[in-house]
Amino acid sequence: MTQLWDFSGGIHPPEHKDISTARPIRNAGVPDYLVLPLQQHIGDPAEAIVEVGERVLKGQKLADVKTGMGVPVHAPTSGVIESIADFPVPHPSGMADRCITLKPDGEDQWCQRNPVKDYRSLERYQVLHIIRDAGISGMGGAGFPTNIKLRPPRDRKVSTLILNGAECEPYITADDMTMREKADEVVAGLKIMAWILRPERCVIGIEDNKPEAIAALRKATEGTQTEIAVVPTKYPSGGEKQLIQILTGMEVPSGGIPADIGVMCQNIGTAVAVAQAVLEGTPLISRVVTITGEAVREPGNFEALIGTPIEHLLEQAGVNQDAVSRLVLGGPMMGYTLTTEAVPVVKTTNCVIAATAAELPAPPPEQPCIRCGQCAEACPMELLPQQLFWHAKATEFEKAEHLNLFDCIECGACSYVCPSSIPLVQYYRFAKGEIRAQQAEQLKADRARERFEARQARLEREQQEKELRRKERAKAAADAAAKKQAEAEKAADEGEAVDERAAKSALVEQALARKKAKAEASQPPAASAQPAPSAPPAEQKPDIEALEKQLSQAQSKLDTMQGMLDDAKAQQADNVEKLERAVAKNHDRVQRAEEALSEARDKLAAGSTESQPTH
Amino acid sequence: MAFVQQSSPHAHSARPTSRVMLWVLIAALPGLLAQTLFFGWGNLINVVFCIAVAIASEAALLKLRKKPVAFFIKDNTAAVTGLLLGLSLPQFAPWWVSAVAVISAIVVAKQLYGGLGSNPFNPAMVGYALVLVSFPVAMTTNWAEPAMLWDGAPGFGETLATIASGQQTAVDGWAMATPLDEYKHKITTHTAAEVLNHPTFGEGVAKGWEWVNAAFLAGGLLLIGLRIITWHIPAGFLGGLIVMSLAFGNNADLYAPLSLHLLAGGTMLGAFFIATDPVSAATSHQGKLIYGAGIGILIYLIRTWGNYPDAVAFSVLLMNFAVPFIDHYTPPRTYGHHKARRGVPGSQG
Repeated sequence: MTQLWDFSGGIHPPEHKDISTARPIRNAGVPDYLVLPLQQHIGDPAEAIVEVGERVLKGQKLADVKTGMGVPVHAPTSGVIESIADFPVPHPSGMADRCITLKPDGEDQWCQRNPVKDYRSLERYQVLHIIRDAGISGMGGAGFPTNIKLRPPRDRKVSTLILNGAECEPYITADDMTMREKADEVVAGLKIMAWILRPERCVIGIEDNKPEAIAALRKATEGTQTEIAVVPTKYPSGGEKQLIQILTGMEVPSGGIPADIGVMCQNIGTAVAVAQAVLEGTPLISRVVTITGEAVREPGNFEALIGTPIEHLLEQAGVNQDAVSRLVLGGPMMGYTLTTEAVPVVKTTNCVIAATAAELPAPPPEQPCIRCGQCAEACPMELLPQQLFWHAKATEFEKAEHLNLFDCIECGACSYVCPSSIPLVQYYRFAKGEIRAQQAEQLKADRARERFEARQARLEREQQEKELRRKERAKAAADAAAKKQAEAEKAADEGEAVDERAAKSALVEQALARKKAKAEASQPPAASAQPAPSAPPAEQKPDIEALEKQLSQAQSKLDTMQGMLDDAKAQQADNVEKLERAVAKNHDRVQRAEEALSEARDKLAAGSTESQPTH
Repeated sequence: MAFVQQSSPHAHSARPTSRVMLWVLIAALPGLLAQTLFFGWGNLINVVFCIAVAIASEAALLKLRKKPVAFFIKDNTAAVTGLLLGLSLPQFAPWWVSAVAVISAIVVAKQLYGGLGSNPFNPAMVGYALVLVSFPVAMTTNWAEPAMLWDGAPGFGETLATIASGQQTAVDGWAMATPLDEYKHKITTHTAAEVLNHPTFGEGVAKGWEWVNAAFLAGGLLLIGLRIITWHIPAGFLGGLIVMSLAFGNNADLYAPLSLHLLAGGTMLGAFFIATDPVSAATSHQGKLIYGAGIGILIYLIRTWGNYPDAVAFSVLLMNFAVPFIDHYTPPRTYGHHKARRGVPGSQG
C-alpha cells in the first residue's frame, strides 16, 4: 500500500463523469477537412515545410520547429494541403492563428514508418529524438514538449516518475477511458519514459472514482515495480503540485519545477503517444477527446485526429444545436468557453462540454465579500484568496504579489465555494496580467534608458575627442607663433649690431626667416594634424584586440545564457522570462561589441588611407 | 448561435451568503428556545422586534445609498444582526433600548462604513456596547429571573406590555441580577458558598443559563459541522478564557469559578455566534486562534477586574481593532514556500 499524504483545501464538485463513460471510445473518423495549428503548445510555433497544393501522406511531417522549443506537426491522414492561413484556434481569446488546412483524400495512406522493436538497444538520446520527431508534447496541461521534459538538467535526478491519472476535473473522462481501454499502451509508454529517466520509483496516481481504470492498470502492471496509488477523490488532486504532494509528501518549491525535488509528472495520453511513437513509429496524429454535456445525445469519448473540427465531434455525439448555451473546452473548473465550434482538436484538447443553460447556469450577481474565508479553506495552495481579491480589486498589485499571487494555479476552487459568487480567479488573472504588463513595460523602459545612456556616453566621448584635437591644434599654432616671434626677435637683436648693409641683409634675412617661419607655421599644423589620424590607429591596434576579446567574451556569455534558457524552458521554470531578458541583453551586448569592432576596423582602414598621401 | 462567454470556473456550489446566514439563524434557534423556556417570552419578543427593526433600517439606508434594496435584504445579514442583539439584550429591556441598539448597529456600524463586508467592527456588538454604556440602568435591571415558562414566568402578554411600555426598570419580582453580576458584587464581602445560595444560581452552575449556554454550544457545533464557521475562533475564545481562569481564578472565594465563566453569561453565544462574524474577524487559521484567544482573555480581565459583569461586546470590539494587525502578521505559509511572507511588500520576515 502506497503511503499517501493530503493536500490542504480542495473541493468536491459534482463529478458528472458517468455521462461520458457509458460508451467505449469511438473512432471519430476522417472529417471533410483538418485544420492543424502550427502552434499547439507553449514554446515556438512550427514552420510549414510543405507547399499549398502538395499531396502529403499520413504521418508525414508538415511543419517543424527549426530554432527554439517545439515539436513538429504531422499529417493526420493523407491528402492535399489546401491552404496555410489564419484560422480560429482553441484559445481563451478566440483568436485566429496560422494553420495548415488539409483536405483528406480518403485513402489514409501511410508514409514510411520506423517502429523500434527493442528501444533498449538504442541510446537514450535516440529515443528522445524519436519522441521529439513524433511531435509529442504534454497532452494534459500547457503541452510542454515531452522530449525536453524527459531530459532534465544533469543535477536534477528524477527519482520518482509519476503518471497522472487523477483526472480530477468534473466531466472529463478521456484519461479514464484511455486507462480502461489502453492500459497496456499506458504502461508501455511509462516503461519507455522510466527507461530514459531511470527513476527509483514509478507511480500511477488515480482517483478512487475510477475503479475500472484502476483494475485495468493493476492487471497491466502485474509483476512490475510500478505502484498504482489510489488517491481520494478531491479536486484538484490532479494538479501537478497537488498530486506530487499526495504521492510524495513533498512540495514543489515556489517558482521551481518538480525536477527540483526529484519528481516528474507525465500525462496518461502522453504515455500512450510515447509508446506508439517508439514501438509503432506512429507520430502524434490523434488523441482521445471527451464530448459531453447535456446538449449532446450520445456523449462519450472519441479517438479524434488532430485537426478535427470540434463541430465534427459534436455532430458525431448527436449535438442538439439549440440546447447548447455554453461550449467549454476543458473541464468546468479550468476550461474556457469557445466562441465557435469551428476550432480544431489540438494535442492538448481533452474535453468539450456542450452545456445547456440549466446545466451551467450563469453565476448569480456578485455580492460583497464577507470575508467568510471559505475560499481560504478551499485553496489547495494555502493562499489567502480573499486578501488577494481585495488587493487585486484595489489594484494594489505589489501587495497581491507579496501574498504570493503568482503561486495561484487558477484551479477555481475559491470561486467555486464563494458564497458571494465573486469571480475570484478572474480577479487574479487580471492582477497577474497587469503585473506582467507592468514588468514588460519596465523592461522596455530599462532598455530604452540603456540605449539612451549608451548614446549619451558615445556623444560625450566624441565631443571630448574633438575637444582634444582642437586643443592640440591650438597648441601647435601657439608654438609656431612663439617660434616665429622668437626668431624675429633674434633677427632684430642681430640687426642692431651691424651696419646698414648688414641691416639690409638682415632685413632680407628677416624676410626670409619670416617666410620660413610662415612655411614652418603652415607646416606644424600639418605635422601635428598628422599624428592625430595616425595616432589612433597606433592606439587602435591593441584596441581592436581588446574589442575582439570583448566580443568573444560577450559571445560566450550569450551562449551560456542561451544554454541556461533552454534548460529553464525544458523545465518550465519560472525564471524563463528573466533568462530571456538576460539573453536579449547579452545579445545586444554582442551586437554592440561587434559594431564597435567593425567601427574600429573601419576607422583603422580609413586612417591608413588618409595618412598615406601625406607621407 | 452565440455561445455564453464566461471565465472559469463554470461550476459553482449552491450555498450563497443568504443561505449561510439562514443557517446561522437556524443554529441559534436551540439557544433561543432554551432562553424562552427558562426566562420567559422576553428574548423571543426581542428577537422578532430586533430583526424587524434591523431589516427596516437596512432597507432605509440602502435606499438612501441608492443600492438595490431587495438584493441586499435577501442576503439575510441584517436579520442575523437583529437576531444576535435580540438574543443578547435583557429580556425586559424597554423597546427603545433595543431599537437604539439595532439602529446604531445597522446604520452606524454597518451601512455608514460601506455596508456588508466593509464594517471593521461587529455591528451587533457596537449596538450592544452603545446601549450598555448609555442606559446602564435599563441594561442591568431587566434580566429575567430564571423561571420555567410554564411555571411562574410572566406570560406573553405581560412581557410584551412591559417591553412596549418603555419603563426603565421592569416590574419588581420579575427581574433579578445575572449570576455573573451577583457573584462579582457579592464575592468581595461573602464566601463562595454564601454567594451561591442566591436563587439565581439554582441547583447547577447557574439556573437556566447553563442550558442556554449548552444550547448555543450545540448550535455552534452545528455551524462548524456545516463548515459555516471554523473551530479556530471558538477554540481560541474558550481556550483563552479557560487558561486565564485556571491561572488566576482558582480560588472561588475571590473570583468567579471557571464553570460560571463558561456556562453563565453570554460565553457560548459570544464564542460561536458573535466572535465568528467573518467580516470583522481575523482571516487565517492562526490569526483566528489569536483573535479568539484575545477575546477570551479580555473577557476574563473585564469580568474579573473591570466594571462590567459580562464583557463579550467590549472584548469583541477591542479585538476587532486588532484584526488588521493580526492579519498582517499571520498569513499562512503558501505551498512551496519555506515560511509565510509576513508584513507588507518590501519588509523582511
